[in-house]
Amino acid sequence: MTAVAYVWQVGECLLAIALAPLFAGWVGQCRAWLQNRSAPPLWQPYLILRKLFHKDAALATDASWLFRLAPYVVFSTMVVAAAIIPSVTTDLPLARVADAIALVGVFATGRVFISLAAMDIGTAFGSMGARREMMVGFLAEPALLMVLFSAFMTHGSTALPEMVEGLLSQPHIVLHPSLFFSGVAFVMVLLAENARLPVDNPSTHLELTMIHEAMILEYSARHLALLEWASWLKLFNYACIGFALFMPWGIALHGASAGLLALAIAALLAKLVVAGAALALFETLSAKLRLFRAPEFLTMAFLFAVLGLLVYLLLGA
Amino acid sequence: MPPVNMATQVVQMLAGALLLISFAMLAERRSRRLLILLVWQGVVLVTSTVLVAASAHLTHLYYSAALTLLLKVCVLPLILFRLMRKLGIERDNEPLVNVPTLMLVGLCLVIFAFGLAQPVTALATTVLRKTLGIAIAVILLSFLMILARRKAFTQVIGFLSLENGLFFAATTTTYGMPMVVELGMALDLLVAVFIFGIFFFHIREQFDSLDLDQLESLKED
Amino acid sequence: MEILLVLGFPLLGAALLAMVGAKRYAAEVSVATSLATLLAAALLVLRIIRHGPMTAWNEEFFIDPFNVFLVALTALVGFTTAVFSRPYMRIEASHGRLTPGRLRLYHSMYQLFMAAMLLALTTNNMGFMWVAMEMATLSTVLLVSLYRTRGSIEAAWKYFILCGVGIALALFGTALLYTAAEDLLGGEGMGALLWTHLNAVKGQLEPRVMGMAFVFLLVGYGTKVGLAPLHNWLPDAHAEGPTPVSAVLSGLLLNVALYAVIRCKILADGALHSTLPGHMLMGFGLLSTVLASFFLWRQRDIKRLFAYSSIEHMGIITFAFGMGGPIANFAALLHMTMHSLTKSAIFFAAGHATQLSGTQRMDKIRGLLTIHPSVGWGLMLGGLAILGMPPFGVFTSEYLILITAMRDHPWATPVLLVALAVAFGAIFSRLQPMVYGDTDDKPLPHSPALVPVFIHLGIVLMMGVYIPPALAEWYRLAAQLIGG
Repeated sequence: MTAVAYVWQVGECLLAIALAPLFAGWVGQCRAWLQNRSAPPLWQPYLILRKLFHKDAALATDASWLFRLAPYVVFSTMVVAAAIIPSVTTDLPLARVADAIALVGVFATGRVFISLAAMDIGTAFGSMGARREMMVGFLAEPALLMVLFSAFMTHGSTALPEMVEGLLSQPHIVLHPSLFFSGVAFVMVLLAENARLPVDNPSTHLELTMIHEAMILEYSARHLALLEWASWLKLFNYACIGFALFMPWGIALHGASAGLLALAIAALLAKLVVAGAALALFETLSAKLRLFRAPEFLTMAFLFAVLGLLVYLLLGA
Repeated sequence: MPPVNMATQVVQMLAGALLLISFAMLAERRSRRLLILLVWQGVVLVTSTVLVAASAHLTHLYYSAALTLLLKVCVLPLILFRLMRKLGIERDNEPLVNVPTLMLVGLCLVIFAFGLAQPVTALATTVLRKTLGIAIAVILLSFLMILARRKAFTQVIGFLSLENGLFFAATTTTYGMPMVVELGMALDLLVAVFIFGIFFFHIREQFDSLDLDQLESLKED
Repeated sequence: MEILLVLGFPLLGAALLAMVGAKRYAAEVSVATSLATLLAAALLVLRIIRHGPMTAWNEEFFIDPFNVFLVALTALVGFTTAVFSRPYMRIEASHGRLTPGRLRLYHSMYQLFMAAMLLALTTNNMGFMWVAMEMATLSTVLLVSLYRTRGSIEAAWKYFILCGVGIALALFGTALLYTAAEDLLGGEGMGALLWTHLNAVKGQLEPRVMGMAFVFLLVGYGTKVGLAPLHNWLPDAHAEGPTPVSAVLSGLLLNVALYAVIRCKILADGALHSTLPGHMLMGFGLLSTVLASFFLWRQRDIKRLFAYSSIEHMGIITFAFGMGGPIANFAALLHMTMHSLTKSAIFFAAGHATQLSGTQRMDKIRGLLTIHPSVGWGLMLGGLAILGMPPFGVFTSEYLILITAMRDHPWATPVLLVALAVAFGAIFSRLQPMVYGDTDDKPLPHSPALVPVFIHLGIVLMMGVYIPPALAEWYRLAAQLIGG
């Protein structure tokens, strides 16, 4: 549409890319506080990225073009996702091309590429990680879709900006039981997809318990940097989807002024602080599930999502 | 209008919470946590009854809520906690077969319950009639729980959850049953739990465990 | 007034026996209470004969031709069972199977059970009927597990859970009934649950809700009747509990539960204006009959055998009520009475037979006629009666049911005939060796109480030939009321 809209679009992408490592750092900080140890500084992820970019990449002899291409593809998918999700503004031209279902597809693309790359070298851990990731994804995707369907039923459109606008346009606070169920389901999916406790411990060094980490064991230097950035960006994106669906207050609507936009960024930062702390708290309180219990966890997520849909159909709310 | 709307919305949220608790009970392995979930069910019931009483201005529902509070939140859980301690099953962990399948069956039951509720919803005149489907779902999920459990104590908790679902159903469709009938029901429930308690001791005396697999020897021989 | 006496005596007796139940004279107190109940019931019956149907206590109680004879029957069987249990329990105690504490529990729960059943029969309020049925279940649960053996505890647990779930379903059905009724009878509060009021407006009750309510009530109370496929508790409870308990469960509780179902059926028929309730009853009844008669062949335990026979007969009665119409209903009501008397008589005789031989397995019981001829004859005649031999009353009712089936539902007749034949073969082939033959069992320490057996069988014999006019009139009026 207008050039301003494109500016906001690109700006939002850049904001996402810039903020994602900070968010990861904040979560780490909260975890350290809760576990009564001192944390690395908040900008540690940026330092990690800088270190990795300066290194030389070491590739296995059998690595194919897929192995070298995958990090770029994965990173790009996450950036595209960031472009579709209304984190600070709903004035996103790109979002009209891709709605929520396409968003799920974008995430799936990323997942496929990283799994293929993990299997590319042929190591045991890589294949193991790829298989586990696919299992988790296979179960988590229907749950996510169901959550989006519930939101769709409530607001009548699958495009995220329109959902946000629908939610923000209601005059007073409306409690939706269906949103409650969808919310619980969404949090469970978020934990599973982003390799967080209780599904996967992000700080583990035991390869046999890894899901996400196992897939990136063979990467180094800039490839590793991109993959790490992509995983932080994924967490950031999921958090923003959550905000858009359940806590959209503060997001600047179409045609907002720069002042409202600044307010939106402030609101986003505030929400991220709270969400990061909540995530760290939840992770600290839960123990890692044994791997064969992960399907139970995800089935429950799917269940809650479907329940949200059914409750909406029953109660009309 | 807005105050009534708010109350109805909160009650709908509570109904959702009730459904959530029922599912959680279906998948819970530990006896102690199961009992705590039952207590939460009672709390949700009492809160929703009080809200309905407030919004529809019915005094007899206040008495009903007080009775439920006394019975289902205070007396019965107390009896059951003491039983658990005496029987030594506080840290009990029971192997549940195939939780995902159980969950999916539960989901189908919920869909069935919602469908079943349609004609009655059309007839009932209370503000809450839409939540009848959730009440029926809670009842059916309690059935599933009774079927899926292999320990006597948890079967009894499923039974009590069933009674909770029935109470909620009665409240949502008809603002509860006449007070005297409710008193009779409460008395029956109390006596039933007493008898269950006595039973557990007999079972344990004979079988040295509360596993229901032991209680399957009577067949056509 | 009489209703107060009818209900008050058992309740008083329960309270009294809770205190003195372990003493030597406890059994006599129980018999006296039951006798008083019987006399009160007789007074009630006389009043109904003279003045016709009545309501009492602000319409909370209601006696009409349908439940008056059931009240009398309950009181009678309660009395005879109390008489029977006096020597029976003495023998059991002397065999060491019962402690004084358990005897106390037994006596007081027995009277409480009587009170609960009489309340369920006489109340007009569907909610109270539910409370009474639940009370009846609760009072018998501990009785079934009286011997505290593994088998009896298992049987009592199954009984409790299955009947508990059934009762919960029935409660839901009652709530739905209240929903349907509140619409019409609205602001009366309690009035919406009174059967007489509901009966008056049954044509206007919302059909879908009533349909759902009836299904739940049928499945719920039907569990207590022992209708397949929810009958699993019945054989175990009868086999493992003490014989007087088996007798009252078979003879009385099943009847009262069926009475509850039929009261609901009357309402559902009026609301639905279709034959669906009748067809459901027919379906469940036939299923129970067929299932039970085939299971009869596999039984090795005498009490389980007759428990399955109870399921079979309740199935026949349910089928008859399902068919509807004046003759079928009349036959069903007659059969209810006959079955109750005969089955309790059989259980009395079988109880003493098991005490004689020390086991409930039929291949170990032999030569009853040689040691205690009265036990042998009681069992033989009772068995013949329950099998439907003329001139016993069971033959009359089964015959009436069969000809109605032949006329209205011919497809069901071969099914029924086959089931009856199979049952005949199974029971008769087991009875023969038990009653005849030789044995070296010793006689019982106390003389068996077989007067009740012969009183029951005598009544059944008489009814086969001649039904008293007042009773026939009640059956006719009740049949009309049940309609269909």
